[in-house]
Amino acid sequence: MNRRTLARLLASSLGLALLAGAPLARAAADEAPEALIKRVSTEVLDAIRADKAIQAGEMDRVLALVDTKVMPNVNFTRMTASAVGRSWRQATPEQKTRLQQEFKALLIRTYSGALSQVNDQKLNIKPLRAAPEDTEVTVRTEVIGRGEPAQLDYRMEKTPTGWKIYDLNVLGVWLVETYRTQFAQEISAKGIDGLIASMAQRNKTNAGSAGAKS
Amino acid sequence: MTQQHSSKKNPAWAAAALALALLQGCAAGPQANPADPLEPFNRGVYRFNEGLDRAVLKPVATAYRDVTPQPVRTGVTNFFENLGDVWSFVNNLLQGRPAEAGDSLFRFTTNTLWGVGGLFDVASGLNIPKHKEDFGQTLGAWGLNAGPYVVLPVFGPSSVRDTAGLAVDMQGSLVSQADNVPVRNSLSGLRVVDTRANLLEAGNLLDQAALDKYAFVRDAYLQRRQSQIRGDAQGSGRSEPEERFDLPEPGPAGAPAASPAPAQ
Repeated sequence: MNRRTLARLLASSLGLALLAGAPLARAAADEAPEALIKRVSTEVLDAIRADKAIQAGEMDRVLALVDTKVMPNVNFTRMTASAVGRSWRQATPEQKTRLQQEFKALLIRTYSGALSQVNDQKLNIKPLRAAPEDTEVTVRTEVIGRGEPAQLDYRMEKTPTGWKIYDLNVLGVWLVETYRTQFAQEISAKGIDGLIASMAQRNKTNAGSAGAKS
Repeated sequence: MTQQHSSKKNPAWAAAALALALLQGCAAGPQANPADPLEPFNRGVYRFNEGLDRAVLKPVATAYRDVTPQPVRTGVTNFFENLGDVWSFVNNLLQGRPAEAGDSLFRFTTNTLWGVGGLFDVASGLNIPKHKEDFGQTLGAWGLNAGPYVVLPVFGPSSVRDTAGLAVDMQGSLVSQADNVPVRNSLSGLRVVDTRANLLEAGNLLDQAALDKYAFVRDAYLQRRQSQIRGDAQGSGRSEPEERFDLPEPGPAGAPAASPAPAQ
């Protein structure tokens, strides 16, 4: 395991990964997925470089940026359902809403701090290997900083409102797959409500220690 | 006589004790994760490592980071990474990857000659790609299965195969070639602290992101090792179609058109 890459590029790659979800100005459904990622990453990267507050790690600014620019391009329901697994079907609508809420808070709060780490990394989008009629693709990119390039892949699906991200791979680790085990453990021990409570508890702890760097 | 007798006894005892320990540590029951048959044993070692980290390693690494200026720390990291490029060169050759081996050798010579003995990472500035390979990856490339997930004391997440690889890595590391014992120990210690200091951010991220740190580290490690060994060519496509829990369950008449077509 390339530990140096893991440290610096985990932080910055996750940041860049979140960048890909910025909103689209033109006809969303027509834009090819890799072109979308390329354009949006460039736009938001420039926005971060111009914003000193985000570079300083100001949490409110970072959260606002992610919430308004990133989330509209993510199929978060699918992401959460995929991570929760079979139990999703047994969940009540209220539980489903809360699951999404807490999971979103967990991801945003945890990984948004990585956005402030982005400075001079370059993004290399690899050519898309998919048939034109595919409705689900994997867009592969690389973050090039110091040392080994870091792998950063997006699984995207085609929706009427454009391509949406539903899974993320940083340095070979798929996000949904990793959280699937975490959630499965909690659910089998304490049920869906127990999972919601655990995530809520974690979010509260993270919010409390936000800004406290060790 | 006694010596001969006890030297015959001890290996047998040691083996029996180890087998017993591993058996105790074996996971059983409905919670057992097939990728992690030694889960109880691993969790114990993980807890020990966390304690050691909290008590000793993290404070030392934090102090090192706070006291040492960034350029010096970068120099230290570059120095050890440069030494690592020699081992990567060897492993790339062993895996039959001459282009990558050439890159590693080129990196090493460039950084050593022009980067003041590896303190400056000139090679990255020249865009010479880095291909870090260890012997565990080489064994994987040769087709050796990873074996059960194992958490090593001090060294952390590994597998049976990667532990064997680690043993070879330590022999092949240039630091271990140093004859002077105090120098060798100081260098090893410095490398450990430097590595931990570089991982301080990632460690904090892990504390926040994971509901169960042990499981998170395990799954991330296993996924990452697989992707490292598989390399660029195959990519990370799925082997079987994913079940869509967010869509209504497919009924007998008309299933939702949700057949994924992986790009790779």
